[in-house]
Amino acid sequence: MAMKYNWDWSILLCRSPEADPTGAVEPGTPGSGATEFGGGMGQTFDTGAECAQPYFDWIVSGLSWTVIVACAAWVITFSLGSVIGVSRTVENKTVRAIATAYVEMFRNVPLLLQMFIWFFVVPELLPEDAGRWLKRELPLPEYWTAIVCLGMYHASRTAEQVRAGIESIPRGQTHAGLAMGLTRTQVYRHVLLPVSYRIIIPPLTSDFMGIFKNSSVALTIGVMELTAQSRQIAEYTFNIFEVFTAATVLYMMVTLIVVTIMRFVEAKVRIPGTIALGGD
Amino acid sequence: MFRDFDFQVIFGNLDILWDGMLITLLLTAVAIVGGILLGTMLALMRLSKFTPLSILAGRYVDAFRSTPLILVIFWFYFAMPIIGLQAIGGLGSVLIAFTLFEAAYYCEIIRAGIQSITRAQINAGLAVGLTQCQTMRFVVLPQAFRNMVPVLLTQAIVLFQDTSLVYVVGLKDFLTAADLIAVRDNRVVELYLTAAVVYFVLCIIASLWVRKLKRGYAI
Repeated sequence: MAMKYNWDWSILLCRSPEADPTGAVEPGTPGSGATEFGGGMGQTFDTGAECAQPYFDWIVSGLSWTVIVACAAWVITFSLGSVIGVSRTVENKTVRAIATAYVEMFRNVPLLLQMFIWFFVVPELLPEDAGRWLKRELPLPEYWTAIVCLGMYHASRTAEQVRAGIESIPRGQTHAGLAMGLTRTQVYRHVLLPVSYRIIIPPLTSDFMGIFKNSSVALTIGVMELTAQSRQIAEYTFNIFEVFTAATVLYMMVTLIVVTIMRFVEAKVRIPGTIALGGD
Repeated sequence: MFRDFDFQVIFGNLDILWDGMLITLLLTAVAIVGGILLGTMLALMRLSKFTPLSILAGRYVDAFRSTPLILVIFWFYFAMPIIGLQAIGGLGSVLIAFTLFEAAYYCEIIRAGIQSITRAQINAGLAVGLTQCQTMRFVVLPQAFRNMVPVLLTQAIVLFQDTSLVYVVGLKDFLTAADLIAVRDNRVVELYLTAAVVYFVLCIIASLWVRKLKRGYAI
């Protein structure tokens, strides 16, 4: 079959002299000022020249937003996930029920829908002042929403890992701790958690990779992360193979880097005399 | 708030929502069947003694597992027309994307399942005169799949939720249908919350069923 396609890898290297990473969202917005169209960047619009926009900067900006959103969300995931995971193992029935309800609720609704609910529904249901603040006054609302949503969604998964880690420790350890005169809290703090965190490093790593990949869902509420930027470049240039290849390679590289680091960390903190659970 | 919660907008648009749900179910079903078939092939390739095959399958799995599903959907949705396959259409390219993507995840589940079957079973199969292929077909795979059923079904629930991502290319699945009504009638709160309840109820019923299955199913 005849394929009409103009390969041009060089578009990936397009840079603008006055590189403005956040400006990537603006170009093409109608009414953004006739002056801009008159000079500078404007002159490349009509001719369809290859470097109509600083695509390289768009990709860099997208990648950094992906990393920022994923890391910030992970902080929420890890802390909240730990609290909920521990709550699922305590004796108090009410606490356990609340933690279970959290996990089931966040695990059984699609992430995309949760994103919409945080962004469009929550501000409506909040008291008027808080809702208005979220919608109008908070800077970069879509980014904050994405971070909170991703963090809380993945916390339900991390909680299950933390719980599995704690439950994998023989009950004798808890009993030994209690017999020595430690309180329940101390048993968790000094006996159960230090061991279980080290056991669950592999599943926690894949949870982090999950956050990293799922940050692309945030494009639906307007977060200009890597996937969003690459789609935007694809729409501007039609060089979809080049730009999607670049994005895919970047995702794979970050995955590779994280996995390598975590393998090193895992080896470092491995409890002597045990084989790690959950690893290959 | 809930005071002016309007249920009429839900009941008035049940047909649109139902059409969306059919697309969601179609996507889920095709991706499960295709993913398991392709995943089994990939798993057998990964475990094969012929190194190029196992490396190829390994690369495939790594590539798909480190790429976000949305990017994979974009890949196929935009690339299919360019390589001259416009005839496939939006739904077709998304179906292909989901099948190939899920195959990578199913491959890992199935590989683990196959590896959980003891070596002695294979030896016994070979000893009674079955060929390698027959041993795989009649001894290993039936047991492996039985062990894997709960994990495969759990993955299917995840997949059911993931199909909502076709929203990004505007395919009318359940969530996109709800979204269209929400925007058209300016009833965002009602539609999104209803959609959430529907997904939640379906997924929780399915996962309770899987949990029950797990208890009485393992060999």
